[in-house]
Amino acid sequence: MSEANELYQQLILEHNKTPRNFKKLEHFTHDADGYNPLCGDHYHVWLKLDGDTITDIGFQGSGCAISKSSASMMTSAVKGGSISAAKELFEKFHSVIMTKIGETIPEEKIEELGSLGSLAGVREFPARIKCASLAWHALNAALTNSKKDISTETETT
Amino acid sequence: MNIAGKEQIIDIEKVRRDFPILFSKVHGKPLVYLDNAATTQKPNAVLDMQNVYYREQNANIHRGVHHLSETATFEYEKARGKIKNFINAADAKEVIFTAGTTAGINLVASSFGKTFLNPGDEVIISAMEHHSNIVPWQMICEERGGTLRVIPMSDEGELLLDEFEKLLTPKTKIVSVVYVSNSLGTINPVKKIIDRAHQNGSKVLIDGAQAVAHMKVDVRELDCDFFAFSGHKIFGPTGIGVLYGKAALLDAMKPYQGGGDMIRSVTFEKTTFNDLPYKFEAGTPNIVGGIGLGAAIDYVNTIGIDAIAEYEEELLMYGTEVLQQVKGLRLIGTAKKKASVLSFVLDNAHPHDIGTILDREGIAIRTGHHCTQPVMQRFGIPATARASLSFYNTSEELDALVRGIEKVKEIFG
Repeated sequence: MSEANELYQQLILEHNKTPRNFKKLEHFTHDADGYNPLCGDHYHVWLKLDGDTITDIGFQGSGCAISKSSASMMTSAVKGGSISAAKELFEKFHSVIMTKIGETIPEEKIEELGSLGSLAGVREFPARIKCASLAWHALNAALTNSKKDISTETETT
Repeated sequence: MNIAGKEQIIDIEKVRRDFPILFSKVHGKPLVYLDNAATTQKPNAVLDMQNVYYREQNANIHRGVHHLSETATFEYEKARGKIKNFINAADAKEVIFTAGTTAGINLVASSFGKTFLNPGDEVIISAMEHHSNIVPWQMICEERGGTLRVIPMSDEGELLLDEFEKLLTPKTKIVSVVYVSNSLGTINPVKKIIDRAHQNGSKVLIDGAQAVAHMKVDVRELDCDFFAFSGHKIFGPTGIGVLYGKAALLDAMKPYQGGGDMIRSVTFEKTTFNDLPYKFEAGTPNIVGGIGLGAAIDYVNTIGIDAIAEYEEELLMYGTEVLQQVKGLRLIGTAKKKASVLSFVLDNAHPHDIGTILDREGIAIRTGHHCTQPVMQRFGIPATARASLSFYNTSEELDALVRGIEKVKEIFG
């Protein structure tokens, strides 16, 4: 069983302390709310799209180190890229954090996640997987321009 | 501070042996269970009683003429009698079995509301209510055209009684307040609130979920009109609870749910209802839950609720002292009179992260908003970490909590 300090890697703690893109966008084209009613974690994600490109992204809100660092790393990873690349990254990230305890994750699957790979350990903490995916669901909702706020209790993790 | 002397009030080694789960290991460490406000652990007496019931007595109650049904009915009604004595109700028919505190409050909100709440009437609750003592009142107010009023609280987490005075008007039909706050630990001056409400002609419901396991409750001395609590927070099973209500008031109220057991006679034209308490107990109840709760109350009586209260007060004082010495830790809820609950926030670490790290040390606490979102909003925080005590906890376990928090600080700086 993994120790707590294996979950809280330096990169996670650093993003938690100084989250990237932690701002409301003045000019945005899409936005959505992400909320976990069970714990109260709450983020808002703003996007500026130019065609298929995410030209800017920001988030604000409050939550634990896992949810905040995941949101921070997510914004860094998708900024400047295409919508399809962002969605593809979400799928890869999701499959890593949802990998069952005991199953091996191929090293390259973690490596291709870049800094987000530091969150792979969250799969050992089932109660915290929703924290890691919260901002992603909000991003997904913003991209599909869903007017509905996203709650972890209406989404699958 | 050494509370070794106090531990003699309760033979701590002996009582811990009554709770088998306390000897389990979590992530390879001895379990330190500090989540008693969420639910308490169950002593052997309760576990054994439930086993005996299903092995030797199981039958439906109030229905059969056969031996098992009579035995089950006898045991279930005996449990009702134990609860009546425990809270000092005037009559066992004033003890209604429910699924828990939430179910009890919903029963009163619905039945009292449909009988007595008219458009323009008001319901008073407080700023530190659990969602279960907010939402049922909002629902019935909306249905009946009533208005919800809220008693505010201080930064320490104490209700502002002067403000309560101002809220009381001839329109106030009922006041529904929590005895002990689940997220702050505040013991509210419910006797004062009840007396003032009664002078105003208003009825009072006390949410006693966090009170019954920690202090003597005497519903006649309090003179409350309703008192709701849950079995699982007083060492009994989940899915069983109690609503106490004054008989005259319960008699005057419309039934809550319809079904078997709550009727006297049924035709397609008209149904007449059964007497108390059965009028409010439609359907086959949680029989084993009721019997298990009776066993839990017997168990509490063998230890003594006054001894429990005294021991826990010392333990809470010790916990408050050692937590206050932790740099960067802030207690949320610092009322003069408190029970069981140590809610706190830590600089640089979110409560969920605290909870995960403590869990890996074998320490179980609750983190989050504790179903009291308005309390979190009042204090301007998203969540707290909450350690909540019972009489089987020790000062050594609180020391382990502090060591766990130090580990959080090592990780989060």
